[in-house]
Amino acid sequence: MTSPSSVTPPPPSTGSRSRWRRLNFQIGLAIVTGVAATAIVSFFWTPFDPELVDANKRLLPLGEQGHVLGTDQFGRDLLSQIMVGAQTALFVGILAVLIAILIGIPIGGFAAARRGWVEDVIMRISDVIYAFPPVLLAILLVAAVSPGTASAMVAIGIAYIPIVARVTRGASLSIFERDYVVAARAYGRNSTFIFVRHVLPNIASVLIVQMTVLFSLAILAEAALSFIGIGTQPPTPSWGRSLRDAQTFVQLTPRLAIWPGLAIALTVLGFNLLGDGVRDALDPRLEVSRG
Amino acid sequence: MYVIRRIGVYAFSLILASILVFVVMSVLPGDPATVMLGTQATPESVAVLRSELGLDRPLVVQYLDWFTGMIRGDLGESVFTGQPIGPQIADRLAVTLPLALMALTMTTLISFPLGVFAAARHRTLGDTVVSVLSQLGLAIPAFWAGLMLITVFAINNSWFPASGFPGWDESVSQSLRALILPAFSLAIVQSSIITRYVRSAVLETLREEYIRTARSKGLSKSQALWRHGLRNAAIPVLTILGLQFAALLSGTVIIETVFVLPGLGRMLLDGITGRDLPLVQGGAFVIVAFILTINLLVDLSYRVIDPRVRQQ
Amino acid sequence: MSSRLLDVEGLSIEVDGTPLVRDVSFSIDAGQRLGIIGESGSGKTITALSIMGLLGENLVPSGRIVFDDRNLLDLDEQAMSSIRGNAISMIFQEPMTALNPVMRVGKQVVEALRRHEGIAKSDAMTVATELLDRVGIDQPDRRARSFPHELSGGQRQRAMIAMALACGPQLVVADEPTTALDVTVQAQVLQVLRDQVVSNDAALILITHDLPVVASITNDVIVMRDGYIVESGRTAHVFGSPSNSYTAQLVDSVPPMSRAISAPAKPPSNEPESDAIVDINHLRKTYRLRRTSIRDSPPMIHAVDDVSLKVHEGETFGIVGESGSGKSTLARMMVGLTKPTEGDISVAGIDVSGTKNLRPLRDVVQMVFQDPMGSLDPRMKIGDIVAEPLRSLGHDGDHQSRVRSLLDAVAMPADVLDRYPHEFSGGQRQRIAIARALAPGPRLLVADEPVSALDMSVQTVTLDLLRNLKEQFDLTLVFISHDLSVVHEICERVIVLDGGRIVEQGPVGTVFGNPKETYTQQLVAAIPRLDGAVAATGSALNVDRPPPS
Repeated sequence: MTSPSSVTPPPPSTGSRSRWRRLNFQIGLAIVTGVAATAIVSFFWTPFDPELVDANKRLLPLGEQGHVLGTDQFGRDLLSQIMVGAQTALFVGILAVLIAILIGIPIGGFAAARRGWVEDVIMRISDVIYAFPPVLLAILLVAAVSPGTASAMVAIGIAYIPIVARVTRGASLSIFERDYVVAARAYGRNSTFIFVRHVLPNIASVLIVQMTVLFSLAILAEAALSFIGIGTQPPTPSWGRSLRDAQTFVQLTPRLAIWPGLAIALTVLGFNLLGDGVRDALDPRLEVSRG
Repeated sequence: MYVIRRIGVYAFSLILASILVFVVMSVLPGDPATVMLGTQATPESVAVLRSELGLDRPLVVQYLDWFTGMIRGDLGESVFTGQPIGPQIADRLAVTLPLALMALTMTTLISFPLGVFAAARHRTLGDTVVSVLSQLGLAIPAFWAGLMLITVFAINNSWFPASGFPGWDESVSQSLRALILPAFSLAIVQSSIITRYVRSAVLETLREEYIRTARSKGLSKSQALWRHGLRNAAIPVLTILGLQFAALLSGTVIIETVFVLPGLGRMLLDGITGRDLPLVQGGAFVIVAFILTINLLVDLSYRVIDPRVRQQ
Repeated sequence: MSSRLLDVEGLSIEVDGTPLVRDVSFSIDAGQRLGIIGESGSGKTITALSIMGLLGENLVPSGRIVFDDRNLLDLDEQAMSSIRGNAISMIFQEPMTALNPVMRVGKQVVEALRRHEGIAKSDAMTVATELLDRVGIDQPDRRARSFPHELSGGQRQRAMIAMALACGPQLVVADEPTTALDVTVQAQVLQVLRDQVVSNDAALILITHDLPVVASITNDVIVMRDGYIVESGRTAHVFGSPSNSYTAQLVDSVPPMSRAISAPAKPPSNEPESDAIVDINHLRKTYRLRRTSIRDSPPMIHAVDDVSLKVHEGETFGIVGESGSGKSTLARMMVGLTKPTEGDISVAGIDVSGTKNLRPLRDVVQMVFQDPMGSLDPRMKIGDIVAEPLRSLGHDGDHQSRVRSLLDAVAMPADVLDRYPHEFSGGQRQRIAIARALAPGPRLLVADEPVSALDMSVQTVTLDLLRNLKEQFDLTLVFISHDLSVVHEICERVIVLDGGRIVEQGPVGTVFGNPKETYTQQLVAAIPRLDGAVAATGSALNVDRPPPS
């Protein structure tokens, strides 16, 4: 990870280059807005009841009987399921990222402010947790408690704490070295105040970009966990869950696997493009952790 | 000295990880015995199982017992089958590790040339195409890529098996064939990530002043890149490659479900379904231990690549 | 002189339509040494890069650069790279980043020879050792096998010189080759550079912001400003009687000590009679490094080693030293930012080393830093930055009007309150930082290299400002610098630090005018002078130490 300070300013971008970047950002923003709008609309209206099982309507093809994307093997409307699935995806993404930043930022900031053995111990522990991939943490949690959206969310959130802590620490370290921080100490500010008032605003761009990446990673992780059956449980619709249901029929009707997968891919693409756009606008030399 | 310190950190991390695995399983709400027996269990049968599993002893004793057992290579027995867990895990690793390694090889073969190519052709059509492709690859869940690969290659063409694993004893070539599609599904996603890293690492390196120095000595752009740039670019790429191997290992857990492979991931999921806590504990620890070992190897290999680390 | 070597005719360089270099013409003959002088943004560096054909992709040159009857701007990449490192070579400013960190020094030094003259790989190390020996690197065979980080700054820059001269070029372009180095090392490296250029019969273009450096090594000089050449001619003539007002201003900004070989007399200032505001006794700061083997105990660094001194109320006290001398650590301990390992510091009667409650100290002593880019929080408005100490220390009264009067005192208009630091130049930022330091009404101001990062002409203005503020606010000033001539100009008494120890102390006039210790003599002798008399440094004494391993 590079520090957010750029020694030399990035070369001024040529006209076509910045247009291309803006286009990326706009596409990302459009997709994310679309997904969010779909999730909100689905609270009030979906074409059909997404959980309604109808044995007479099993495996209807596209557009049949008003089912735009057809139905699954239980006769449930695919479009309605995908729409409600957006709720699960965004919900898990938001809460997992919240868990990660609410715990990870203070830990990383504390490590950077204290230095010395405190920092060493914190970062060693953080490294060990880092060695637990989200899927593995979720498996452990689910084995100890019970499967469900909440377990998945908490597991993903915990798994991302070390990432946030690392990024926060890395970016903060160089800021804590700056003379304006030393000056603040010389006029009596303590580390907490310095971190909140001087460091956080200056690493905000790094954290925002990291958050967008974690958001899309969380959506991918939730889908994966639901796919292997330890995430969201039926009847709650989830894109990963839909793919799990589609797996047995993938040989007969690949369409059932295509649409939920596209929903995931599109959403993740949207957040990634948005993140890239934000990064380019704030600091093009910034790198993010996709660990 | 650095090596000794780093190995010390490694030992500490292993112990900490084992405590974490143990604590998550033992301290979280829900008594393992109750969880295993399900809701219909009588208090008496729970008590019997508790003493059978040694759960009535103090936590510290339980942990030390488990941990010292592991050091001897004894991971306990499966509650369900009564079989020792160690050999089971070894069997499963014989599928999971080759799968992860094959995926890593594919990832490296795809991403290194693409990343260097894109950086060398910075801001040209080729660079843009690579960027767009990697952007798409990043967005695709690996298991979905697996499902799509099955529909294309396994069903319509039946070039590769859609599921199952014959076993190394049965047929090595057939076993390898069974791993190709799962490995490729993982590689699609992983190589998108690594390509982006390689590209930006090389671009970053090309901006360094020593590249300009090299060119001031009469080296062409590509000579400067090959002789001075790549080894420097390898340093950040190596880190990310280590991290991604960890991601690959956990990715296998999911991809094994798609292709119905008898790997470590399937074992863990079966352990959850069968409420076989010692099995889950043992399997999870083995995966984490692997990841920590890889991190150690990556850190140590810096010393080979980067003389500045050697001196520390 | 002999034949014409390089002809630059009407060179302009643009980025996105904005001109950075405008219609620049000059020429250089074989064996001639030409200086290009200018402050930041004058276009001197990209002029140099355009000769090498190493401009960034977005920089577009026009005009002609004629070398060997060919216009370099017209040459294709292949033709250009056969000239680079061969007929024309370049020396860069920062030898740490300009050398490849993962390649052995020797291999980098002979790379140009391997490229242009195709010497065998097996001979490479022998040739490299020879080249390094020629530029005065001791143990050249060992250094050839070292990596850049294992060399000292001076050794790295010598290696760069060896690298540039490997193929016997006709022209060497050196861009601020000594700016990153300590003054004693700078003198040695300049000497090596001049000797090598002369013995190779090469011409030299030396680009720098530092007038005395140009004076010490070149025959002719060009002065650039905002992309234009404002004056050119014989170096001695241009600096002796500048015809352009900007050149005159630059020459004026050179501190008196750097003008002539003998330091101008300064009224002797004895230990003042006022009370001591800073009283330091046997102060020590030791850092423990990581252990390198199990058997040996971890190595220690004595950043400050048994320092005792008194600073008296109302005086300007100088601390001089090269990098690693411990001067910044000493400053931080005075301000209560770093805890001493041993010894006592008392500031205005407050026992800084003994007490846990440093709150009273904050009102008494404040600090000014070197880098005006890093000393102001980029996300804070100027008004808030200056008011921060008042809020932090809970001062009563109208913060707004206090901030206004402070900004007025440092000659910043009041309308800057709502603006952000990036909107200001380096000199302006430094003035804002001074206003912030003055906010709590301190009696002691510790300034750590406050003008080192500023352009020459801005240095003068800032020093004058500090002098005035000192009178106006009744301050005592501790002034830390590596630059003897600046310290000579502003300070009354001085200590010279080396390796954490006080080498010499006393009134500035005495210490610099008649130094007793060898180290101080060396420091004084190493200052490049505007009259061109570069000091011959005692080659027996090698002050250029390699980094601790």
